[in-house]
Amino acid sequence: MNTASVIGLIALQVTAAVALTPLLVGVMRQTRARIEGRVGAGVAQPWRDVRKLLAKEPLKAAGTGPLMSATPLLMMMSSLVLCALVPLVATPTLPLVPDDLFVVVSVLLLGTVALALLGLESGTAFGGMGSSRHMTIGALVEPTVLVAVYALSIPVGTSALSAIVTARAEDPASVVSPVGLLAVVALGIAVLAETGRLPVDNPSTHLELTMVHEAMVLESSGRDLAWLEVGSWLRLTALLGLVVNLAIPWGVATTLSVPAILVGVVAILVKVLAAGILVAAAEVFLAKLRLFRVPELLAGSFVLAFLAVTASYLVGGT
Amino acid sequence: MSTVATGLTAQLALAAVAILVAVTAPTSRRSLLAGGMCAALGVAGVVTGLAAMAGDGSDAGLRIPIALPMNLPLEPLLLAPDQLGGVFLALAGAVGAVAALYGIGYATGPAASRTGWAAFAVFLLGMQLVPAAADVVSFLLAWETMAIGSTVLLLADHRRRPEVVNASMWYSVMTHASFLMLLAGFSVLVADAGGTSFDTLAAAGVTGTTASVAFLLLLGGFATKAGLVPVHVWLPRAHPEAPSHVSAAMSAAMVKMGVYGVLLATLRLLPLGPAWWAVLLLALALASALYGILQASVATDLKRLLAYSTTENVGLIMVAVAVGLLLRGAGQVPVADVALVAALLLALSHAAFKTVLFLGVGSVLHGTGERDLDRLGGLARVMPTTSLTFGIAALGAAALPVTSGFAAEWVLLQSLIHGDGQDDVLLAVLLPVTVAVVALTAGLALLTFVKAYGIGFLARPRSEAAAQGHEAGATMRAAMLLGTAAVVLLGLAPGPVAAALAGAVGASGIEVVGLLGVSLPAVDALLDPVALTLLAGVVLVPVLVVHALSARRAPRRDVDLAWGCGGIRVSPRMQYTATSYAEPLVRVFDDALQPRRDVQVTHADESRYLVSRVRFRQRVTDLVSDRLYEPLIRVFMYLGVAARRIQNGNIHRYLGFSFTALIVVLVAVTW
Repeated sequence: MNTASVIGLIALQVTAAVALTPLLVGVMRQTRARIEGRVGAGVAQPWRDVRKLLAKEPLKAAGTGPLMSATPLLMMMSSLVLCALVPLVATPTLPLVPDDLFVVVSVLLLGTVALALLGLESGTAFGGMGSSRHMTIGALVEPTVLVAVYALSIPVGTSALSAIVTARAEDPASVVSPVGLLAVVALGIAVLAETGRLPVDNPSTHLELTMVHEAMVLESSGRDLAWLEVGSWLRLTALLGLVVNLAIPWGVATTLSVPAILVGVVAILVKVLAAGILVAAAEVFLAKLRLFRVPELLAGSFVLAFLAVTASYLVGGT
Repeated sequence: MSTVATGLTAQLALAAVAILVAVTAPTSRRSLLAGGMCAALGVAGVVTGLAAMAGDGSDAGLRIPIALPMNLPLEPLLLAPDQLGGVFLALAGAVGAVAALYGIGYATGPAASRTGWAAFAVFLLGMQLVPAAADVVSFLLAWETMAIGSTVLLLADHRRRPEVVNASMWYSVMTHASFLMLLAGFSVLVADAGGTSFDTLAAAGVTGTTASVAFLLLLGGFATKAGLVPVHVWLPRAHPEAPSHVSAAMSAAMVKMGVYGVLLATLRLLPLGPAWWAVLLLALALASALYGILQASVATDLKRLLAYSTTENVGLIMVAVAVGLLLRGAGQVPVADVALVAALLLALSHAAFKTVLFLGVGSVLHGTGERDLDRLGGLARVMPTTSLTFGIAALGAAALPVTSGFAAEWVLLQSLIHGDGQDDVLLAVLLPVTVAVVALTAGLALLTFVKAYGIGFLARPRSEAAAQGHEAGATMRAAMLLGTAAVVLLGLAPGPVAAALAGAVGASGIEVVGLLGVSLPAVDALLDPVALTLLAGVVLVPVLVVHALSARRAPRRDVDLAWGCGGIRVSPRMQYTATSYAEPLVRVFDDALQPRRDVQVTHADESRYLVSRVRFRQRVTDLVSDRLYEPLIRVFMYLGVAARRIQNGNIHRYLGFSFTALIVVLVAVTW
């Protein structure tokens, strides 16, 4: 497992993520459209959107600062590093940059903060509103995420994701154990909140007073908006991939042989697409929660994560 | 003479020179000369501290033979910092040097007076002698020197602003309560051990109830200085009123002396404490972390926000200390070592970013005369350096990669999740709670500092003063940049830093790995921020290329109006303010904060359905202060009034008091 081939693997993973993420979003939108009885724009529409946005000129309103163009790049960086770190296709990692879950969460938060600053920099009422709500939700999600990470790390003795995924793949009992299930469900809810999906935020809303994510990117246009969109899609892909790989850890390549990698790519594609379709289908039947009901949902997910930790100590884990 | 002794002598000499210069230099040159001497004093502290850290504890230090003519078990005064003292000596020196450099350009009015600069030198010397002291008497002397220096500095502006007097009152009462508790605590130890040097106290191995009484008193004293809940009340009062370079030194270095004290008591003097000591400390620490950041997140006064954030950060440091002690007690020494190193890393990191943040607020105050976030905004354009340094320091405070806060908090979290609660019900309950509280604290810290930076520095100014702001002077900028460099370097090179700190808390198994990264074999974890940064840079390259290509084809176009969902005018007053930013949070934590809201709606004359004006006021007070201290103050006021009755000016009554006292003493002596 030499460093060069790991670098190759990461390059493959990031490239594949960038290339296929719009497809995932397209499939999710199309699923939703079909269930709702609409024709839909087709699965390739997000791709066409990005191409269009990259070719358009961005507008700079008077009174906004340089962060309007810097934060989209920061968001993109955070999402790309996320895609490079999370073991989507295979578990081998760079020796100096292990896929430590705390680092993954911090990189994710860097993107969160970039978006929040963008909302404030736009200098409009909506930007600030979205930013404020976004950070409030972000602050309340944090305990769930870290306690879930804690729960997952106890059986393995490390917070490295690849080790956790490998251990779960080798021991199927741990995947269906109460501890493992609770932690993954809690993490799943946290991921929905972090990526701005229903019931926390509606990704397709443009009703001013319900927006969270959309309110922050309202003033961005052209390539800035393109990066913000791709960045948040990549974030969705990486986190969805992370949760499905924890829930169904089979198929992830543990070696760097070509067949194993091919199986890994196909496996993650199928798993993420299936998860995306499931999420999209579920969203059809869900309404967005009132903003001040969201803390209750997050408190619920926190309790699940907390139970997972105490259970793994008191019941002796798996 | 050893390096440490030379360094300590140099510090005493430099402090004397600084005071002399402050008193004699002409007004026009005073800040430059005295500030320069104070900075030199700080640098001497750093050098001495580093020498003490490198030493093996055999350094004789500086012995000051003062024979006190009393029948007390007093040993001569001894200044000999051990490795732990060295860390805090270097920390205090570095913060002091940067603050002094900043003060050269910043100090005006009373802060730049003879008293102002002399007090600053005394304050710095006191702070640097506390961790150097190796016996109880010199420790308490240094502690009082620090307290007196800081009180005088805090009082600097008392003529112009009456609230300064109030703040000073709170500060001096709390700081004296702290001193009295320390005096009592040390007295208990000294009485039992029969000597005043720390070596004698440590060798005596005090245990049992005596040790617990001493520990509680010392903890009370040190917690007051460190600003833990519920004795944090002086922080949000004193920090806003002190001159900014003094706030920086107080918040970044002086509260750390409380942390040093707790480490001194629990690691060196009373190392074999029962588990409930650590549990008590952990409870205080968790409460401080959460309460501090919650108050900070809803604060609109920048300095008040930073003061509460100090309570939060000290809380986090103490969490690391308490968990380290708990795990040591439970026999999990390798993980405990990681927690204790995390405590020192957190302390260094907080010193670095809090210095920059307070200095940044100083520049904002200097440039605009405002420190109320609701009236700031758009400062990034008029104060680029301040904006940059404040922004990076805010990232550090929010513990985001790749700053010092991130590396320190990562080490803390690693130690928390690797404590083994399998056979220990106490740990199985406490560790998850700790992780949850630390996580919520981290989340709220993100919001707090996004608010502080985003509202203060981004978008458009909310007041004329903010629009007319100007950048700080050269020495002020240099000081802020120095501090920012420390935030970034501590974040990029946690390996060498952690390895150097390990010896101070007797930890082993901290290794430098890769590109200045840190490896913790005890918990099977590794962090290499430089490699992470390189990875981020590499993945960003294609994005930048596409960005540049797109920019060539379609350049940015300037427009007058933001879109704002079809708005036709954009007034800066339509932007979110700090109050509105934290409003969802205030509603979520309504029970814990209990804000007082007052909404007045003025209707138009024509119809009560038309509103001509809405006035909204919100005040979030400190519940601890309201519920705990106000009744206490009322009791004391009542007693004070009641005590008037026994002294009515009648000479016969006073003679009667004296006579009674004499009888009581005689009876007591002959009993």
